This record gives sequence, C-alpha cells and structure tokens, in this order.
Amino acid sequence: MTPDTIDIRYVAALARIALSDDEIERFSKELGELLGHVRALQELDTASVPATAQVVESRNVLREDVERPCLDREVVLDGAPQRQGAFFRVPRIIAE
Amino acid sequence: MNAAEIARDVSAGRVSAAEITAATLAQVQAVDGDVGAYLTVLGQIARSSAARVDERIAAGERLALAGVPIALKDNMCLEGSRTTCGSKILEHWIAPYTATAVARLLEAGAIPIGKANCDEFAMGSSCENSALGVTRNPYDLTRVPGGSSGGSAAAVAAGEAAIGLGSDTGGSIREPAAFCNLVGFKPTYGRVSRYGLIAFASSLDQIGPLARTVEDAALAYDIMAGYDPMDATSLDRPVERTADSLRADLSGLRVGIVREFDTKALGERSDALYREAYRDLERLGAELVEVSLPTADYGLATYYLIAPAECSSNLARFDGVRYGLRVEGADVRAMYDNTRAAGFGPEVKRRILIGTHALSSGYYDAYYVRAQKARTLIARDFERAFAQCDLIACPAASCPAFEFAAKSDPYSMYLMDYYTIPMSLAGLPALSVPCGWATPEGANLPLPIGLQLCAPLFGERLLLGAAAAYERATNHALAHPAQIGPVRA
Repeated sequence: MTPDTIDIRYVAALARIALSDDEIERFSKELGELLGHVRALQELDTASVPATAQVVESRNVLREDVERPCLDREVVLDGAPQRQGAFFRVPRIIAE
Repeated sequence: MNAAEIARDVSAGRVSAAEITAATLAQVQAVDGDVGAYLTVLGQIARSSAARVDERIAAGERLALAGVPIALKDNMCLEGSRTTCGSKILEHWIAPYTATAVARLLEAGAIPIGKANCDEFAMGSSCENSALGVTRNPYDLTRVPGGSSGGSAAAVAAGEAAIGLGSDTGGSIREPAAFCNLVGFKPTYGRVSRYGLIAFASSLDQIGPLARTVEDAALAYDIMAGYDPMDATSLDRPVERTADSLRADLSGLRVGIVREFDTKALGERSDALYREAYRDLERLGAELVEVSLPTADYGLATYYLIAPAECSSNLARFDGVRYGLRVEGADVRAMYDNTRAAGFGPEVKRRILIGTHALSSGYYDAYYVRAQKARTLIARDFERAFAQCDLIACPAASCPAFEFAAKSDPYSMYLMDYYTIPMSLAGLPALSVPCGWATPEGANLPLPIGLQLCAPLFGERLLLGAAAAYERATNHALAHPAQIGPVRA
C-alpha cells in the first residue's frame, strides 16, 4: 500500500462508524487527496528532531487525595440515552 | 455599546443590568431570525442573572463585567443549558456543570444571552458544518460569518452580545473575528482553563474572547486567565493583567514581517491593505524587520494530522452510552457504529477517519510522529524569529468572508487557516484586529479584513497593548466605507 492510500472500511471499523457505500467512495477520494497534501512533510529532515506533544511547560500534575464534591449522580445519569436505576443501561455485551 | 462602557455604566448605576439584558434580548428577537447567531437563547437565565448582578451592585460589590451581555460558543458547558457542539449527537444534551472560563465571567457580572452556533465540534472555518443551524455574516447575509466560532462572532457583530466567547484550535477565533469586523484573541495555550470546553484537539484548543475593541477583549481575558486545578494543562504561573497595558504608540517595538507570507497572492486590494497596515505600525513608532518562518508552509499538513489524531481520540467518548444520541443495533458493536454514523456530520467523520488512520498500526510513525516533529520545527522557527522582533504581523485569513457553499472541497476550506495554524501549533498568543475593507468580486458591499498580530509565549500584555495602539490610530472597525453598519433593528 502506498502512503497516500487509506483503507476506509478498515479505518471506519476501527473508529466505530458505519459508512454508506456513497460515504466510502467519497471519503476514500477526499482523504486520499488530503494524504497527498500531508505527504509534503516527508520533505522535512526530522531525523534528529524531537517530537512535540505539547508546546508549553509540561509537568506531572498531582493533587492531595482528599474527598471533594463531584457531579450529582442523578443529573449525570439523566444525560444518558438509557439508564436503569443507578446505572447506564447498555445492550447485552456477553452472549448467553 | 462596548463591554467596558456597559460595565462602567452599570457599576455607576446609570443603567441596570436588567435594562441592558432586556435591550439585548430585544435585539436578538429583532435580528437573530436573519443572522442565526444563537442555537439557544437563554432568556430566563439571562434575566435572573441580571437581577442578581443588580442586587450585587446595589450591595456595593464591584464587578468588572457588570451587566455585560455575552454569547457562549455552544461547545462550552453552562449548567442546566443545552450544549450541542453544533452536533446531532449532543442535540438534546444538558450540561451538568459550568466551564471554568464561563463561570469566571459570570462571577464578574457578565450575563449569558445564549449559546452560539459553531461548526460541529469546532471543526470548520465557516459555521457551515453545524448540523443545527445556519449563521449568516451580519455585514452581508449572503456570506458566512467564519468559523468555527462563527455564531459568537455574528452575535457580537449584530449587537446581540458585547463579548463572544470562542475557542481556537487552528484559527477558530481569529478568522471569524476578521470576517465580522471584530477583535478576536487566542491566548497562549494553557492560559485559560479548558475545563468545560468540549474537547476537539486538546494540545491546541484554547478559549478566548471576540469583541468590538481590544479593551473589551483584554477585559474578558483578564477575568478568564489563570490556573484552574480542574484542567491539568492550565498553567500555574502568575497572569499579568492586560487591560491596563493598552499603549498609545509602538515606539521601541520591532515588528516582524514574515518573508514567506507574500500578501500579493491575496489580491490587489488585500495586498494594499496589509502593506498599509504594516506602514501604520511603522508610523506608530515600530521598527519593521523581515523575519523568516521557513517551516510555516508545512503548518497545514502538520495540523491536519495532529488535530484529527487528537479528535479521533477525544470523540471516542460519544458512543451512545453516557450522553447524547443512541441508535440501537443488533448488538453493542452495531449500536456504536449506528450511533456515530447518525450522530456525526461529514467533516467530523472525515477528521475521525484521518486521525484514526494516522494513529493506526503501521502508519503512526510515518504520519503522527512526523507531524509532531514538524511541530517542533515550526515552534523553533518562531523562536528564531522572536530573537529578532517583539511581535509578528501578518494576515489573519486568506480572503474576506465568502459566500455559502463556496468552499465545498474540504481542502479549500482548510486553506482558510493557512496564516493562523502555525501560531496554534507553537501555542503562541495571537489576535486579529480590523485593518480595512475590501470588496471582493461578486460582493455588493465592502467586507472587513483582519490583521493578525502574534507575540512570544506569555506575551499577552505586549500583544494586546500594541493592538490597542494600532486600533486607536486607525479605527478601521468604525470606518465602514459605505456608511452602513451591521444588521440593526
């Protein structure tokens, strides 16, 4: 596979997005073109360059292990598509 | 009225917050049918906030933003209000808490008028990617307001708020500000807490104000900036106030003009305006120096790997379980696939797919890591440039506001952020300030153009100070050549 191609079906499966045939065709074309544009980065000599994940000072952030108020459980559960009692309700995950 | 004037008048008791709020809601009622700035108007919340502000003023409290009506981009949480990100997947979601930046403005006396439209999950440059509404440019209703903070920009331009809160990942505050004749300011990454800002690309996202004047932008920034324990990337270092730094001239400053940003490519009128703007900076006492950003041209390619990679990870949380939309399927896997298929629009899907690809096994080093290294080179370009100058001046956008559907090819839309993305990748503070009017082909009326100024990390005071001097000397925002203003009742 050349660097400019993208297997849309495979990537969509990884990303958990169902795509229509039209979308597969459209995104393959559009994202193939975009990958053509980003290929320009291969021109840069980055052999001895460190990667930047974050530009400003980064440090580990710790806090005291003390109780603090948190979001109200009822309010949070009310934002869910389906709830049951104190839980998020989800489709069956383990087969019978 | 500007925010600073409103706050002064409300604080002095010349007008009440309730009166300002009623007048602003009346303006929304009158013009928002045309402009479409808001997805949700917070009439009740606004009125009760105003009543509380008036009580606090009566009790002798001093509030920096007393009675100032604000528009909140709809990717920012306000407890008890619908917060959609312009997406079907969150169309009916009610925020259970308030973003830190929003909470600080409200504590300072600001009044939340509404939740403003934006490109879905802040991905876009025209507001056309919103799944929930159309926002029009108040200076020409046949054109876009810019994006992604287009609703906040349109609201301020149309008098439906005095300050708009936006978020900027690659230009999403600066470009709509340029399109709507406003000042749009993106602070240094980490200066304003992202807590309660629904994440798009976490290493780039930054909240900032859109306002009619530099003074108003500075006023809002001073309230919002500063460490927040709820955002691990917010910076725990002292914030310099900016509202008292507004300068009268630019003497002693060196302003860098970027050799690689040839404004001739932007057309005769824009080229002339930018040249005039640079001359005006010089006239104000600045020394112009040529600087080079050799890697800036790779900014777009770098950004369109890093931002989608981060978005593909951040948006994984929208899976039909904890918030928003769920579309059922035969099993849990089908439920995820169907929910995300129905909930996300085309641009969000594109970015999730490209980001997933860039992070996937076998491609990670070739795309994501290489982009992170290019990001280092871009940041180093700026470091070298700032050894020679104090500020950089360049265009804020590659053209004035364009017509709806004019950029149907995704890459042509991405090009809108050519001049703003390098600063975002380097985390630098940057703003757009009005620098004149141009009438592009096909337009009946002149449209605003924005000058971008950029400072080194933590250079907010210098940046806003210099922008105020330029604004005061040129006053382009108030000089609409056809003597017409934005939509008025």
